[in-house]
Amino acid sequence: MLTIKNLRASVEGKEILKGINLEVKAGEVHAIMGPNGSGKSTLANILAGKQDYEILEGEVTYLGQDLLELSPEIRSRSGIFLSFQYPVEIPGVPMINFLKASVNEHRKFKNLAPLTAGEFLKLMRAKKEMLHLDTELTNRSVNEGFSGGEKKKNEIFQMAMLEPKLAILDETDSGLDIDALRIVAEGVNALKTPENATILVTHYQRLLDYIVPDFVHVLYNGRIVKSGGKELAFELEEKGYDWLKNGNDI
Amino acid sequence: MSIISEKATGTEQMVALFEQNREILNQGSSPILNRMREVSIKRFAQAGIPDFKNEDYKYTNLKPVFEKSYRQELVHESGLINLNEVFKSNIPELDAHLVFLVNGWFYKGNNPGAELPKGIVLGSLEQIANEQPELLQNFLNRQAGLSNDPLVALNTALTKDGFFLFIPKGVVIERPIQIINLLSSEVDLLATQRNLIIAEDATRVKLVVCDHSLSPTSFLYNSVSEIYIGADAVFDMYSIQNLHNQSTVVNSLFFKQQRNSSLTTGVVSLHGGLIRNNLKVTFSGDHSEANINGMSFTDKKQHVDNFTVIEHSVPNCLSNQIYKNILDDESTGSFAGRIHVARDAQQTNAFQRNNNVLLSDKARMQTKPQLIIDADDVKCSHGATVGQINEDALFFLRARGIGENEARMMLMNAFAHEVILKITIEPLRERIDELIEKRLSGEISRFHEQLSV
Repeated sequence: MLTIKNLRASVEGKEILKGINLEVKAGEVHAIMGPNGSGKSTLANILAGKQDYEILEGEVTYLGQDLLELSPEIRSRSGIFLSFQYPVEIPGVPMINFLKASVNEHRKFKNLAPLTAGEFLKLMRAKKEMLHLDTELTNRSVNEGFSGGEKKKNEIFQMAMLEPKLAILDETDSGLDIDALRIVAEGVNALKTPENATILVTHYQRLLDYIVPDFVHVLYNGRIVKSGGKELAFELEEKGYDWLKNGNDI
Repeated sequence: MSIISEKATGTEQMVALFEQNREILNQGSSPILNRMREVSIKRFAQAGIPDFKNEDYKYTNLKPVFEKSYRQELVHESGLINLNEVFKSNIPELDAHLVFLVNGWFYKGNNPGAELPKGIVLGSLEQIANEQPELLQNFLNRQAGLSNDPLVALNTALTKDGFFLFIPKGVVIERPIQIINLLSSEVDLLATQRNLIIAEDATRVKLVVCDHSLSPTSFLYNSVSEIYIGADAVFDMYSIQNLHNQSTVVNSLFFKQQRNSSLTTGVVSLHGGLIRNNLKVTFSGDHSEANINGMSFTDKKQHVDNFTVIEHSVPNCLSNQIYKNILDDESTGSFAGRIHVARDAQQTNAFQRNNNVLLSDKARMQTKPQLIIDADDVKCSHGATVGQINEDALFFLRARGIGENEARMMLMNAFAHEVILKITIEPLRERIDELIEKRLSGEISRFHEQLSV
């Protein structure tokens, strides 16, 4: 589904990604772990199409297309979903208007007729039930005045509405209490199918107690320095990131 | 129809024109209007057409506008235009008492009186000044006469007509009154309009004022409104300015509020070549409140200037101003807000905010708060921001599949929304939301351009 080859990228002249290689297949869950500043969020943002970065080298192929050539909106409509680390508040844009526009843009891309107001409300209700969301987040402006937990739940709710092929969750666990973390994780698990894939970007192993990855990659200083199965996450948790630095002669 | 036929350019020429046409100006007008003319034209002559040397017009130079030659209609010809033919209401859903004015003149075909509650007077200023001068004489020019603005003085000197509205004590008007000001001419036109509104104690009125240009000629539209709001009255007034690029609008509003009264007013400057809005609120009774809002959209070489003065002369009043501008291309804007809290006006709350979004590198915005506080127990604040579209929000929307243009529109609508929310007439609010979308998508500009072809 997604192939990243030797991706190098910089921001304001500083090289952040120094040659990333990654292969994600349908049905897989990949966890990308690493200390602060290792380039995790940069990678997530580049995949979603944020323009603040300069691509120095490498290629990213998504479902046979050159991903880096596509605008953020086309990537989204093609099935890529980024759950933001810091979801932005947009006062004055009602959540429901935004989400309806978003869902209908995705439908238009697939040559489907837009949902009527009734159909849309029905879909929202179904997804809320599926995620056990009882909050009234949809009656407010996008993320305005939401708590940290509400913002992250709202991201997962949008993910449920859009049913992405490739979900990239950037530090979705940060700032969550244990209950919110459980709701978010259960949501991600509920949305998992053999046809879609998930990339979890996280600093801590904690989220992986709830969402079990097929692969764990350790990103350090702009490179993936170690890959393995889920047991790698436990090893990291036990020994800390220093263990990697020392053990890998970086 | 009689029209000033000579060219009117510059201060001296305007004064000369006044002299030559004094007789026609006075003809048919009430002495109440005529006796204000001489002192006003002198005042205008002294101050001159304002440019950047006039501190209050620092960012709005009217000299180039006056270099053009305009004509003014000095006698109204009834049936000048067929309203049904040329005009379709902008707000069809608004169930309102509808009144038209054409080039500053009260349209003879208006008949709002039949549906209005008893005792209300709504009609031509010229006519009512002649027939019932006792209604006006204690109010006309009592506020505007104190103004230093040369355009207000020019208005008083040249004024022939406008609308007059009187709401007697305790009367509540459920449906809004919609005033539609139309500009239509075969030659470049100076339109002078003078309005007077007296809302007595404990009245409740909602007013919607729409300005439109209907012919591709240049307009210099100089309008002055004096509004008196009685004790315990609730007064709402919204203006929508939608004129083509050859239009210059100088719109001066003077509000005077008695105790425990409430004013909500807003201006949406949707389109126009050069717009200058003067607004003054004088609190002359305690425990009153004024909510004042403005939203403007400019592109190309358009210019919008909002100049506000709030006089807190008495204690325990609240004023709250929010003005926002979205500026594109080479357009320019200015906001200057003066708040004066007099020594005795303790317990005053006065707030002011001006937020601006610049969509291009060449757009310019000037913002200037001015607080003059002579009392010691007051709460006053002011704030101003000038920025661009929030890039993080734009990326978020795009990352959810919403196209870049659509996403920009959403964010601009959201920016304007705070101001639009203050409008208390729901159908009007919805209609303005639609008009803003049309404005941002370029539809309104195309409409005005087609007119010029």
